[in-house]
Amino acid sequence: MNELLLIVSIAGSRVALPAAAVESVVELESLIPVPRAPNHVAGLSALRSRVLTVIDCKHSLELGVTELNDGNLHEAAVVELDGHHYALTVDAVEDVVEAMSDPTPIRAAMGAGWERVSKGMVETEEGPLLLVDIAAIVAGPGSEARAA
Amino acid sequence: MDDLIADFVAECREMLEALGGEIVAWEANPDDRARLDSIFRFVHTVKGNCGFFDFPRLEALSHAAEDALADCRAGRRQADGILVSAVLAVIDRIGEMIAAIDAGEAIPDGDDSDLIDALAPGAEGPAIQAPIAVDVGGKGNATPRTIRLSVELLDRVMSGVSDMVLARNELARRLREAPTEVPVDSAFERLSGIIAEMRDAITRTRMQRIENLFVALPRMVRDLSTELGKQVLVDIDGGDVELDREMIEMIRDPLTHIIRNAVDHGIETPAERIKAGKREIGLLAVSARQSGNQILIEIADDGKGIDGGKLVEKALANGVIEADVSKGLSRSEQLALIFEAGLSTAKEVTAISGRGVGMDVVRSNVERIGGVVELDSTPGKGTRMILRVPLTLTIIPALTVSIGSQHFAIPRSAIEEIVRANGGSVTLERIGGAGVATIRGRRVPEVALADVLGLPSDVRDEDRTLVVLRPAGGDVYALAVDRIHDHEELVVKPAAPAVMATGLYAGTTLADDGSPILLFDPAGVAQVGGVMLETAERGGRGVEAPVATSSNEVPVLLFRGLDGARRALRLGVVDRIEEVSCDAIRPSAGQLRVQLGEAILPLAGVEKPDELEGKVRVFRLNDGNHEIGYAFREVVDLMSIDREVIPADVPGAVNGVTLIGGEPAELVDAHWLFAEYLGASARPQTQLVCRLPEGDAWMQNMLRPIVEAAGYLVIGERDELAADITIVSHGEAVEGDQDGRVLRLATDPDAVDGKDSIYRYDRTGLLLALKSASAGRR
Repeated sequence: MNELLLIVSIAGSRVALPAAAVESVVELESLIPVPRAPNHVAGLSALRSRVLTVIDCKHSLELGVTELNDGNLHEAAVVELDGHHYALTVDAVEDVVEAMSDPTPIRAAMGAGWERVSKGMVETEEGPLLLVDIAAIVAGPGSEARAA
Repeated sequence: MDDLIADFVAECREMLEALGGEIVAWEANPDDRARLDSIFRFVHTVKGNCGFFDFPRLEALSHAAEDALADCRAGRRQADGILVSAVLAVIDRIGEMIAAIDAGEAIPDGDDSDLIDALAPGAEGPAIQAPIAVDVGGKGNATPRTIRLSVELLDRVMSGVSDMVLARNELARRLREAPTEVPVDSAFERLSGIIAEMRDAITRTRMQRIENLFVALPRMVRDLSTELGKQVLVDIDGGDVELDREMIEMIRDPLTHIIRNAVDHGIETPAERIKAGKREIGLLAVSARQSGNQILIEIADDGKGIDGGKLVEKALANGVIEADVSKGLSRSEQLALIFEAGLSTAKEVTAISGRGVGMDVVRSNVERIGGVVELDSTPGKGTRMILRVPLTLTIIPALTVSIGSQHFAIPRSAIEEIVRANGGSVTLERIGGAGVATIRGRRVPEVALADVLGLPSDVRDEDRTLVVLRPAGGDVYALAVDRIHDHEELVVKPAAPAVMATGLYAGTTLADDGSPILLFDPAGVAQVGGVMLETAERGGRGVEAPVATSSNEVPVLLFRGLDGARRALRLGVVDRIEEVSCDAIRPSAGQLRVQLGEAILPLAGVEKPDELEGKVRVFRLNDGNHEIGYAFREVVDLMSIDREVIPADVPGAVNGVTLIGGEPAELVDAHWLFAEYLGASARPQTQLVCRLPEGDAWMQNMLRPIVEAAGYLVIGERDELAADITIVSHGEAVEGDQDGRVLRLATDPDAVDGKDSIYRYDRTGLLLALKSASAGRR
């Protein structure tokens, strides 16, 4: 298993995203809000001629709200899911490393938000990291209730 | 090897599609060598490839069909209905096997000997035959030089071109800001031109001839009519019209359903048709044509038509409408019931069309892609359905509006009208917290977009603009927005599921400056805003009539003529706008005429025919019987006349001026245009002519409408037509030797003397005189 992982920090924690799913890392400028959309959908942004749906990862993990329209640039990882492009807001993008193990279940108790998006723990050169399920983070909180 | 099989499957698919129409046409005319050849070529190709790929079952089938067809080609055997059905059955079986190969499955074991036996001379047919004749436009199937491309690649090229357009816009902005040299500007101009051209070309690659949709119809109708014991002649026209490929897929099901309905419910059995005095073969005409940025697909049958009364009964029985509402329905409203959910007029559900998929689904499918379904039916004569769909799925004409600082788009197709909340004909009321707008006497539910979206807005209710919307399949409501911005053609893409889940939006798009805009789904906005769309309007027309008469706002189309003048035309007379090349305009038979499709119409609005170049836009004006064209430069806007019209002194193409949008505009006199341009030829033989003094404003403005309403053609003193009646002011001499009757109008009731003299406000007397003159003529 030599999957490449992108290490990012979300809400102060370092986690891993499958690098193959990440198309690019962008800096978001201004956002167009989407009224009535779920709260973790921060808005829309344009990347070249594509519309990105911006997901506030902090909010999706129920760990607070990222202040996006403060005039600063925000880093985000662009992913594609079912033909739609999303920008996942992160605190910082750090590095790309190779996974040294398959994800294994984490048996310690995590926060509810993390629990929902966790695909397990992977070993890397930089120590164990939580592998994040992109689909779950895009779906946001409350998606399980809807699916049930 | 896999690649080769994939190519084989693709090739067979293509041939199979094209073959559906060919084989039926061949049956209608078994001597048609070209069709026989193309069917033969298909089975021959399949047979050849099967040997190579080792598909024994396919090979045996195609071999048998090839043998039978070879006999026909050599003249050893006559093609008959039984053979055609047998060959059809074989081709269907081949299609199933090819589908299996495509899916990567092994061809299931099975016995094809029944089909092979049916091909033998003198065999019993596998199906009952019904004679059927098909007209698919005579030409054979010439394969154009093409390559297959994945849609994905095309989409990538398309988005590359979109990026290029955005980059160009950005560059244009920068160039405007900084002073540049002329060579730089001209190089940029050239680049712009090339990019625009490329965008057009790439958009066209997504286009497909609608033939792809039509080619399967003859076969479908044949099978259907055989099953139902009916005889149907299919007439297909306009297969070369091009449509976005995704659009073609979207209208495939609605079209199929409408045709099934037409054959099943519309066209009668031969016996019924003969009884009704019609030809025993029913006619089903399917045609496509382009009109502006829309494609019109028309499906017309000459069957028994739709029984409006039955529809009403059914709607009552199913609880779709209330009993008191049903009585006041007009014929078109009765027909519109067919689009309500849960209605099917057939007495019993047949396998053909009553599968729970009703016309309501057809309409909502068509409306989902921004189209409209129109229905027209005459009992005993037939039914005509027209699908109007936009040219491409992704480009939607939209109106941009804003709340606070954020922009949104509303699809144009749903917009009925736009009014200011503080306008004279509009009142806003709150009834139990709900907004109700009364627009020219019509009460419509009103919602403020800012409330629906939960956005802050500093615009007061009465300063907002109301956009009156008619969502797909629903009734009107008014949406109050802060500001209206622009009409734009937007390239719409679906939004992410989380955004779509709000129910408010139909998609996203990018504005010219590259920022995203959300496109509303008008039905969704109504739902979220708590507006009841169903049945809200049908019974609520009561207040309309009395108030409407007191309102004299007339909707007009404001445009610039070829000479640059601001003019307005009453919207009612404009049928549609077409763009023609100036070659289509030429003087013939004494006046300027324009060719629009297959019609040649007299053309007005052109002062200097020699100076026309490039494309010319033309209004198509319609008076119900005749059409004429009116050339113009550009449409400015849809407006309404709310001010006084200052009448023109002399009758002519312009009947007055008025202020529209704060600036004067000439009001085009459609009546004069028709009278002038249709000329004597189009005038009915019995047209009565009345001569009125040209210089008399009272006569022209007050009297003329009355005279015209009485069926007279009004002419001036110098006109050479013979007048049936001549009207002059009292005391004025009648010029020259007037034929017909002379009527003198007095300004003073006391001055009336004699039989032909009438007080000018004696309306009854006037009408009587006009009538008696016409009676004398006949």
